[in-house]
Amino acid sequence: MIGLLASVLDGILVGSVYGLAAMGITLIWGVMDVVNLTHGAMIVAGMFGVYLLVGATGVSAYAALPAVLAAGLLAGVALYWIAIHRMIGQPPLMSLLATFSVNLVLIGLGTAVWGTVLFNVPASLPGFRLGRYTFPGTHLMAAALTAVIAGALYLFLYRTRLGKAVRAVAANREAAELVGIPTTRILALACGLGVALACVSGALISTLFPFTVLSGDSYQLKSFVVTVLGGLGNPTGALVAGVALGLFEGLATPFMPVSWTLVIEFVLFVVVLIAFPGGLLSVRLWRRARAR
Amino acid sequence: MKKLCIASTIALCLAAPGFASAADTITIGMTVSQTGPLNVDSVAQLKGSEFWRDEVNAKGGIKVGHKHYKVRFVTYDDQSVGGRVQQLYTRLIVQDKAQFLFGPYSSGLTATAAVISEQYGRIMLVGGGAEAKTYQLGNKYLFQCITPADYYLTGAIQALKEKDPHAKVAFVYSDDPFSKAVVAAARKQAVEAGFSVALDESYAPSTTDFSPIINKIISSGADAFMGGGHYPDGATLARQLYDQKAGMKYVAILVAPDSPKFTTLGPAALGITVPSQWEPQVKYKPDFGPTPEGFSKAYFAKNKVEADYHSASGYVTGLLLQHAIEKAGSIDPEKVAAELNKTDVTTFFGEDKFATDAKNHGLQLTHQMVLAQWQTKNGKLEKEMVWPDAARTANLVYPLHED
Repeated sequence: MIGLLASVLDGILVGSVYGLAAMGITLIWGVMDVVNLTHGAMIVAGMFGVYLLVGATGVSAYAALPAVLAAGLLAGVALYWIAIHRMIGQPPLMSLLATFSVNLVLIGLGTAVWGTVLFNVPASLPGFRLGRYTFPGTHLMAAALTAVIAGALYLFLYRTRLGKAVRAVAANREAAELVGIPTTRILALACGLGVALACVSGALISTLFPFTVLSGDSYQLKSFVVTVLGGLGNPTGALVAGVALGLFEGLATPFMPVSWTLVIEFVLFVVVLIAFPGGLLSVRLWRRARAR
Repeated sequence: MKKLCIASTIALCLAAPGFASAADTITIGMTVSQTGPLNVDSVAQLKGSEFWRDEVNAKGGIKVGHKHYKVRFVTYDDQSVGGRVQQLYTRLIVQDKAQFLFGPYSSGLTATAAVISEQYGRIMLVGGGAEAKTYQLGNKYLFQCITPADYYLTGAIQALKEKDPHAKVAFVYSDDPFSKAVVAAARKQAVEAGFSVALDESYAPSTTDFSPIINKIISSGADAFMGGGHYPDGATLARQLYDQKAGMKYVAILVAPDSPKFTTLGPAALGITVPSQWEPQVKYKPDFGPTPEGFSKAYFAKNKVEADYHSASGYVTGLLLQHAIEKAGSIDPEKVAAELNKTDVTTFFGEDKFATDAKNHGLQLTHQMVLAQWQTKNGKLEKEMVWPDAARTANLVYPLHED
């Protein structure tokens, strides 16, 4: 029983970080209808950002997070102007190809510089024990920081003028433009925010697991699953879906071979796509609409 | 007219050595995973082969009768993808006219490349494809220079048996051909040794978080861990076993801990054992070629990195081919294959002999693994040989954790 509890708790802790990563992808989709295929590369960029900063300055991995967040924001704005701006309003395949190309360039450059050698960020915090099971402090810290960042994003989007402008552009770009919102700059900002979230989630993941230049693919795939479960364009849904996915992994693993959890996750992914294309949270909205 | 004759004569004289050198060259083709997840091990293997090539060419080339042939490599990046391997080995044979082939890295890619090499009747020496199944399909030109996957964990099991004859082992391994083949054989050997199997699970090669699996290992009551797969997953397993204080008394992980980069894990690397095809500390007395110490020193002098078993296996594939060609006195594939079939030698890499029966042709018969363990020496992490006795440089640290 303690084993199951340990597995579930651990799943929730790690799932919240997956949720944070997915918030980046879903924010960009929600505001500009672009599937950002550089997401995995940006997660890896966040990992390397922490690794290099810790190596160069000797600061703790957590102290490096604000710098990674800021660098991610700038990288996202640059990505918008380089690859996405001219694709806005074009068929979805155009932006898909543009971001995919940038992804290939980034991964290619990374492989040329670092190879696929493993990197490890030294991060250690006291955890707690539950019977024979240990919860590393790094997992707890990652989940706590995820909550802080997600909360900050919520406050930004709902309590600030700039955040409201982002939501206005997401809701109706033309109307936002008519009331004087500089939509192009807001789109660039949204892209910056999405990439910053990817980078900072990568930075947090680097405190949990070793990584290589190619690690981004797995997290990108996971982010897509979480995004679909939570509903495309819904950052809160992404966070909830990330935690739900972690919870599912934690619950399922003790009762079945671990290789099956991935299969079930993707079956769930397909089912949600077919039955609830708006994501699992849309079920709640749909029920509310029906009740009225 | 006179000027034209003189110019033509000079041109011919200048060009003649070029024609001669083109004809006196042996072309060896291979694919390398320059990109993709197999990059680390595959590039190390290539560096070993290149080191052999450069040494041979510096000495004038491979001696065939009264002639010396320089060695030329043609390589392509297979991107760690099987589909690319099939295309590229065809290209190496058909377009680049490679006379001999070296295998790609990993069992999966080797199995794919072997289909092509056999189809065209090209000899292929393999330094990075351990799965035995590939050599049991009636191939005639495929030769495995390393210990088959079936014996990868034999040393780890023997070493554990000396410390705890009734150990409870958790086998957790990547769902790929190599790792599955290793564990399938190891599971049987573990049961024969008197161990009980507490957990037997495979995971997807793309797995990044092993927390649920480690909780399962703890729940199983296992006191020894064996498994892993390739580089990223093996290293992550080691780190998470440490972070989650899994309390294993003994941990043997495939491939990853052999890399010098494994020390970046810091305390998580301490005590981890790794079955290895070769380590610089081995004491083999070679029939020909460099000594283990000579190879290690020369390799480090040239590449500025320590030789590992992938670079050593890359070198030995070249050395065994050279030996067979020189013994055959010909570069005719049938004659060279006949000499390879007779191979029964000891090199710096250890013993090498290929099966010659139709069912297992080319399968490695005599090469032995060693077992290394990361231990602290003068405050630094060092890899020590802990099995077999003949190669031992330190005693196995056991248990890693008390009950």
